[in-house]
Amino acid sequence: MPLILSIALTHVGGRFRQSIVSVLGVMLGVGFSIAMAALMEGSQRDFIATLVDAIPHVEVTDDRREAAPPPAAAVFDAVNVIGARPDDDTRGLRNPVRLKAMLDTWLPGEMAASLSGQAVLRYGGKDVAVALTGVDPAAHLRVSNIGDDMQAGSFMDLAADLNGLIIGDGVADKIGASLGDTVAVSTSSGAVRRLKVIGLFHTGVTQADDATGYTVLKTAQVLFSRPNAINRLSIRLDDVNSARAVAQRVERMTGYRATSWQEANESLMEVLMVRNIIMYTVVGAILLVAGFGIFTIVSTIVHEKARDIAILKSLGFDQADIRRIFLMEGLFIGIVGSVLGSALGYGLSVFLGSLEFEVRTNVELTSLPMHYSVWHYAIACGFALFSAGIAGYLPARRAAQLNPVDIIRGAS
Amino acid sequence: MSLSAEPETAKRSDAGAATAGPPLIEARGLTRILPGLIPVTLVRDIDLVIEAGEFVAITGPSGSGKSSLLYLLGLLDTPTSGEVLINGLPTHLHSEAWRARERLSTLGFVFQFHFLLPEFSVLENVMIPMRKLGRLSVAEMRARAVDILSELGLGDHVGKLPIQLSGGQRQRVAVARALANDPPVILADEPTGSLDSASSDQVFKTLRHLVDDHGKTVIAVTHDLDMAARMDRRLHLVDGMLADP
Ligand SMILES: Nc1ncnc2c1ncn2[C@@H]1O[C@H](COP(=O)(O)OP(=O)(O)OP(=O)(O)O)[C@@H](O)[C@H]1O
Ligand SMILES: [Mg+2]
Repeated sequence: MPLILSIALTHVGGRFRQSIVSVLGVMLGVGFSIAMAALMEGSQRDFIATLVDAIPHVEVTDDRREAAPPPAAAVFDAVNVIGARPDDDTRGLRNPVRLKAMLDTWLPGEMAASLSGQAVLRYGGKDVAVALTGVDPAAHLRVSNIGDDMQAGSFMDLAADLNGLIIGDGVADKIGASLGDTVAVSTSSGAVRRLKVIGLFHTGVTQADDATGYTVLKTAQVLFSRPNAINRLSIRLDDVNSARAVAQRVERMTGYRATSWQEANESLMEVLMVRNIIMYTVVGAILLVAGFGIFTIVSTIVHEKARDIAILKSLGFDQADIRRIFLMEGLFIGIVGSVLGSALGYGLSVFLGSLEFEVRTNVELTSLPMHYSVWHYAIACGFALFSAGIAGYLPARRAAQLNPVDIIRGAS
Repeated sequence: MSLSAEPETAKRSDAGAATAGPPLIEARGLTRILPGLIPVTLVRDIDLVIEAGEFVAITGPSGSGKSSLLYLLGLLDTPTSGEVLINGLPTHLHSEAWRARERLSTLGFVFQFHFLLPEFSVLENVMIPMRKLGRLSVAEMRARAVDILSELGLGDHVGKLPIQLSGGQRQRVAVARALANDPPVILADEPTGSLDSASSDQVFKTLRHLVDDHGKTVIAVTHDLDMAARMDRRLHLVDGMLADP
C-alpha cells in the first residue's frame, strides 16, 4: 500500500466511530438520491409513455404559423400588397395525396389523414357537442391506441359501415345511448345524418371520453360538406424523441403547422423539468450536508495530528504530500460512502419497485415505476466524491501550511 | 554494514577539515526574525562552517536560539536574511518541495521528545523515510530497518508500538529513523534532554559511534556541558549570536 494511503487510513481508523458516522452520512445521501432519481425518472418515463401512447407524435394541421402571403404577393414583385381580400373559402390541407406522397419517402413512421370538426349528437331529446373525427380506420389504428381502449365493438368495424359511429363512454352516458342505438348527428354546415353506435371506447382521459366521436372519413366529409378534404395528418414515429426534428422538417417542407408532442405538451414538459430541478437540488443539499460531516472529521484529524504533520515534514514530506494525505481521508470516506450508498440505492429501488398499490382511479397504477440508469449512480457518486473532495481539501490545505517549527517548539 | 555512509563521506571524514571543496554545511549571515507587532530575533548574523565527520555541540542558555539555529541548518525553517549552503549549494533559492527532499535524503532529525508516529510499530516508523524515498524494495527496507534497530540495541522491539517502549528506547528509535535513508548529517535537539543519565549516556554513545565508525556528521544541541566537552567542537550561542564559550 502506498505510504501516504497507509498514513491516511491510520488517521481515519483512529477516529473510527466518527468516520463511520461520516460514511453513513454519505451512504444515506447517495442511497436516497439514487432511489429518488430512479423513482422520479421512472414515473416521468411512465407518464410520458402513457401520454405519448395516447396522442400522435406529430400532428400536421391546416393552419400556418405565419399568415400565408396573399397570392398576389407571389405573382407581383411588389413591396406591399394593399387591399387584397384573404381567400376564405376552403380551409384544410390541400392536395392530401400529394402531401402524403411528399412525406412518405422519408418519414420514419406511420401517418393517417383525418377530418375533424364540431358536431352535435342528439338522442332521446338530449344533446351533446363532440369533436367528430372522420378517419381511415386501418390507418388510424396505426397512429393511435384507440384500438386498445375499445370497451364495446371494434374500431375496424367502422371500415365496413358508412353509417357507423364510435363514441366515448362518457358521451354515451350523457345522452343515454348505448351500443346499437341510432343517434342524429348534425354539424354547422346544416347536414344531418343518423348514425348507429357500433363501438364505445374508454381512454381514461375524461376530455376524450366525454366529447369525442369517430366516423369513417367519407361520412365526416359529407357531414362537414367538405368532399375529399382533410384537415389533419397524424404521424406516429418509430422514435418518439425525434418528434421535434420531424415536425420541423415537415413544417419546412409543407408550410403547414406541424406540432410535435413535446410542443403540444409544453407546459407539462416544463413541470417535469421543474420537478427534476427540485429533485437535483434536494439531492445536492443532502450530499452537501454529508460533505459537512467529512469536513468536520478531517478538520478534527488535522487538529489532532498536528504533531504527526510536523514529524512528517521534518522527515522530508512536502506540502503536497501532507495535502494528499488529508485529501485522501476525505475521499476515502466519500468512496466508501458512495459504494455503500450505491448498494443501498439499488436495494431501495428494488424494494420500492416491488411494492404493490391498489389504486382506485381510472389509470391503473399497481406498482411504482422505477427506472434504472447507471447515470443516477454516476451523478450521485460523482457529486458525493466532489463534495468529499472539497470537504477534505479545505482542512488538507490548512494541514499542508502548518509550520512544523511552531508545532515542534510548542511540544518540547 | 547498514549504517555506513557513502564511501565519499567517509573518505572526507578521514581527510578532516583539510579537504578541498565546499564544506558540508555553511551558514552565511544567518538571521531569523519572527515578524509581528514586536519582532522577535531568534538568531542573528551567524557565520559557521561544519565539515563532514564533525561532532558539533550547540550550547547556550535557555532561549539563546539553539533550537532556532538547528531548524535553520536543517532547512525546517527559512532565514529572514543570510543563507544556508549544503555541499556548497545555496538552499534558499529552491522550492519548499526541494528542501523537503533534501531533509529526506541528506538530513536526519532527532528531537528532545521522541516524536514517533503512535499508530505505527517501531519497524514501520523506521521504514517511513525509506518508503517516502522509495529507493529500496519493501524487503530491503525491512531488512535495513531491522539492521539499524539491532545495531542500536532494539532488535527485540521491532514489532512493538512506541507506547510500549521506555523513553530511552523511543529516543533510540528516533535516532534509527533519522538514519533510515543513510543521511550524511544528523541534527539532534537535546536528544538526551528528557532522559535519565543512563539512557542519556547510551544515546550519546550511539551518536559518537555514528561519527567515529560511520563517518556521519552530528550536530547536537545540549544543555549538558560535560557532554558538550566530549564532542569534537562546541558552538556557543548567547542572545541569538555566536559567542566564545
Ligand atoms: N513563536 C515565537 N514567538 C515568540 N518568541 C519566540 C517564538 N519562538 C521562539 N521564541 C523566542 O526565541 C528565542 C529563541 O528560542 P529557541 O527555542 O531557539 O531557544 P533555545 O536556545 O532552544 O532555548 P531552550 O534551551 O530553552 O530550548 C527564545 O527567547 C524564545 O522565547
Ligand atoms: Mg531549544
